[in-house]
Amino acid sequence: MTTTATTDTHATEHGLSTAGYVRIALILAAITALEVSTYYVDFGWLFMPALMIMMVIKFVMVVSYFMHLKFDNKLFSWLFYTGLILAVGVYCAALATFKFFG
Amino acid sequence: MWFTLDNLATAHDTHDSAAHTSTGLSNVKLGMWLFLGTECLLFGGLISTYMLYRGRVGTGPRPSQVFDIPFTSVSSFVLLMSSLTMVLAVSSAQKRDDKSTGLWLMITALLGATFVGGQVYEFTAFYNEGMGFSTSLFSSSFYVLTGFHGVHVTVGLIMLLALRGMLKNNKVPGSRAETVEMIGLYWHFVDIVWIIIFTLIYLIPA
Repeated sequence: MTTTATTDTHATEHGLSTAGYVRIALILAAITALEVSTYYVDFGWLFMPALMIMMVIKFVMVVSYFMHLKFDNKLFSWLFYTGLILAVGVYCAALATFKFFG
Repeated sequence: MWFTLDNLATAHDTHDSAAHTSTGLSNVKLGMWLFLGTECLLFGGLISTYMLYRGRVGTGPRPSQVFDIPFTSVSSFVLLMSSLTMVLAVSSAQKRDDKSTGLWLMITALLGATFVGGQVYEFTAFYNEGMGFSTSLFSSSFYVLTGFHGVHVTVGLIMLLALRGMLKNNKVPGSRAETVEMIGLYWHFVDIVWIIIFTLIYLIPA
């Protein structure tokens, strides 16, 4: 009994409950459906910003909740986001060199 | 009694790998996050190359002529749901529930195999529509990017099945929960890469 309580506490310390994970998955599925709808419905000038925002929200939700970065030591976040920001910076600079944005 | 052998085993299983490091954190986990950080650079390069060349179709088909958005949307959904089953496997492993862990790992592997199968089907359909690997700069960069991702998913599948076998035969070295979590981190990473690929490559027209 004590063992179960101890391990359950440990599990919730490092993440969500099963219902919590299912809720996150449902939100991700709903955002994916919204993303797909942009392919069929004309959103005008909102098309690109909306897609980018939805992509970032999905990315952050998976990393924070499914990969537990939100609940884990901040050093792991630093390691991962440093690589990510470095990649985005380097390749945005590379694309700008090839006049991709202009 | 609070201090039982079972409790001792739980504590040992969960914290042993982090107990004797200078940071107090698991070196395995630090290494995995560092590896995933470097993987961002690899996929960043492949995505940038595709973005540069997606308009260079030559005499081959354009992206909008070959992409099957409903099909790829279903594949994306399948991979997204495999992240849910993977996190449930990690959660079960932390609760030392081997039966549930094994079951969730198998479901994750099944969903992953469905995704890879879908990618093989998609590549075959594209090839039959005249989009070979060297047809154009667009096709080459597309196949390299999505192919690299497919290889990552396949490696993840092999790890999931190997872990399932090791769990069944009680041959997981070190902490079980941590081993499942590390494979989970890799699996979620291939999912987040696909989140980016799906938006930038499939949904935004060239």
